[in-house]
Amino acid sequence: MPTLQSLEAESLTCIRGGRLVFRDASFRVSAGEAMTVLGPNGSGKTSLLRILGGLLAQASGRVRTVSETGETSEAEDRRPLVGWFAHQDGIKAQLSPRENLRFVAKFFGADATAIEALLATVGLASLADLGCRYLSAGQRKRLALARLQLVSRPLWLLDEPFASLDQNGRSLAAQAIRGHVASGGIAIIATHDPMPFDCRTLSLA
Amino acid sequence: MSAFATLLARDVRLAFRAGGNAALSLGFFVAVAILMPLGIGSDPALLARIAGGVIWVSAVLAALLGLDRLFQPDLDDGTLDLLALGPLPLEGITTAKAASHWLTTGLPLTLLSPVLALLLALPAKAIGMLVLSLAIGTPALSAMGSIVAAVTLSVRRGGLLLPLIILPLIVPAVVFGAGAVLAAMDGIASGALWLLAAYSFVTVILSPFAAGAALRFALSE
Repeated sequence: MPTLQSLEAESLTCIRGGRLVFRDASFRVSAGEAMTVLGPNGSGKTSLLRILGGLLAQASGRVRTVSETGETSEAEDRRPLVGWFAHQDGIKAQLSPRENLRFVAKFFGADATAIEALLATVGLASLADLGCRYLSAGQRKRLALARLQLVSRPLWLLDEPFASLDQNGRSLAAQAIRGHVASGGIAIIATHDPMPFDCRTLSLA
Repeated sequence: MSAFATLLARDVRLAFRAGGNAALSLGFFVAVAILMPLGIGSDPALLARIAGGVIWVSAVLAALLGLDRLFQPDLDDGTLDLLALGPLPLEGITTAKAASHWLTTGLPLTLLSPVLALLLALPAKAIGMLVLSLAIGTPALSAMGSIVAAVTLSVRRGGLLLPLIILPLIVPAVVFGAGAVLAAMDGIASGALWLLAAYSFVTVILSPFAAGAALRFALSE
């Protein structure tokens, strides 16, 4: 996994459909840190994650990533650093969990031998060959969690990672995030749930 | 396997799975070509005259059939976000999609066309030209299709606009393709096939840039 020293946002402003969503969001997250993004519905949590991931352009402000060698970059080129976990999960209903993960492993050049272990970890080993159309929302979240760990990227952007997961699933997700942060990654989590471990928060009014 | 080949293989596989487009467009192609003589009458001389045009028009309509689904499902379910974070530039993504569209519509249509040509009494000497013109022309349909599908992606109900936008853009393929078949039937030399090849070449070469730019815009919406 390529490591990242820090991610910095400087007075980010987001405008969607002509409406000001948030303004002047500034923060800095360093390697080994997690940060939750709090705020009511429509306060721009998802938009912020999309901006940080290089999927959406901010109206003004800057996002900078500092690599371990101290190089900074500002443009779309932070995309290769991003592990993405969102509501629209990109899981193909016509393919099985195993096929979905195999595709992702090949597409992202990740280690495909980890697939079986990850499926077992998230509790999908017995459903590995079932079409994903038959998975529940929580099971899809579990699959997305396995995918996030498969494509090991230093900057995790998670949108509501705990929604629709059961108790066991929530602790799996929390464990994965904690493990990622402990190994020097960065996690930014948009959520309404209290986090099961201490981390910084950013409030979008 | 490279990211490009991986995406291409996945899309081809999805097209052949239940709910995929491959069988639908092939069935549509055959149905239109068979219904045509039933409506027009069974005079072999008349049928032979229009066979090339009928097959070309059927091929274009069949290729159009699934185009609005080229990017839309991947945009709706978040797959495009995921792909955009991968190693393949957006131009590569649109090219893989266009290539899979051709492999699952244009190529099967081309291979099946001799059978329909026999049904429509196309003279044997023109069948080779029909297959050749479809082989050269159908990649342009998929390439132009990928541009228009990407452009209409950020338009609400873009699926309705898609055929209206694409039809004038693919008129050259039909004119030159059907023209080449007619010329072969009459045994006269014609430049139609070369014009078709030129049109197809330019469309295929330029499409990744246009479709990639349109996709970039749709993603940042």
